[in-house]
Amino acid sequence: MNLRKYLVLGGVTVFAPVGDSLLSYGMKQVGNISLHNIHSLFFAMTNMWVALGIVFLLGFFASYMTALSWADLTYVLPASSLGYVLLAFIAKFLLHEQVSLTRWLGIALVSAGVGFVTTGPELTRRPPRRHVPGDRAATEHS
Amino acid sequence: MIRHAISNLNAWLAILAVVLSSSAGDVLLSRAMKQIGDLGQMRSRRGFLFVTLLVLRNRYFLLGVACMAVSFYSLLFGLSWNDVSLIGPAAASLTFVANAIAAKIFLHERVDGRRWAAALFVAAGVVLMAV
Repeated sequence: MNLRKYLVLGGVTVFAPVGDSLLSYGMKQVGNISLHNIHSLFFAMTNMWVALGIVFLLGFFASYMTALSWADLTYVLPASSLGYVLLAFIAKFLLHEQVSLTRWLGIALVSAGVGFVTTGPELTRRPPRRHVPGDRAATEHS
Repeated sequence: MIRHAISNLNAWLAILAVVLSSSAGDVLLSRAMKQIGDLGQMRSRRGFLFVTLLVLRNRYFLLGVACMAVSFYSLLFGLSWNDVSLIGPAAASLTFVANAIAAKIFLHERVDGRRWAAALFVAAGVVLMAV
């Protein structure tokens, strides 16, 4: 792991919750959309916050794809779940929502999970097949 | 009472659909990216447009995105039958566990004790955070 890879994982972690929060904030300004005025969904995208949220979610997708190009899926998913923790902090300190004790316990569990996975290797390394005398499979394929 | 049971059944069917399609999508996207190689290095060598076209032309990537679309609409279907407080955490936490199983079977990733623990801890944490 190098700085560039940590930055990409940071992007996966930060872009998704920030994008979701911006979408949520924007959609509250746009108001309820029912099946009868479904075309309003397109007008919703002209809202500055919704548009900014979409840009952040595109950033999330790009960094998620980049992370998957050099790390295992079972590494990227738990490692990037710190976003849930970030979302709780946004709720507590920016949106001034009440965060219950159970939710703090959940945050602790998610953080522990992230700690478990990030101490291990990010990619399953498959050693190249070595030619071993007597190994018929290797001999046939070499 | 029957209406309540149907609502619950539909909600759990939607959760199952979300978990299966989302895991399939993640596995396909991961396979696509491993096939293409390190995007960061490739972008610095061949440019952003080349990498974007390479990704968009990958069969596994397109299938993965289709699965993600199915997952999104299954989630919307589920939300129309039950509360977000049930559908959201149940789908998210079960997806973490399903992904670990799918990655082991289909991507042959080495899912050791540490990674199982991570998947289970995060899944449990997501449930608690939504309570």
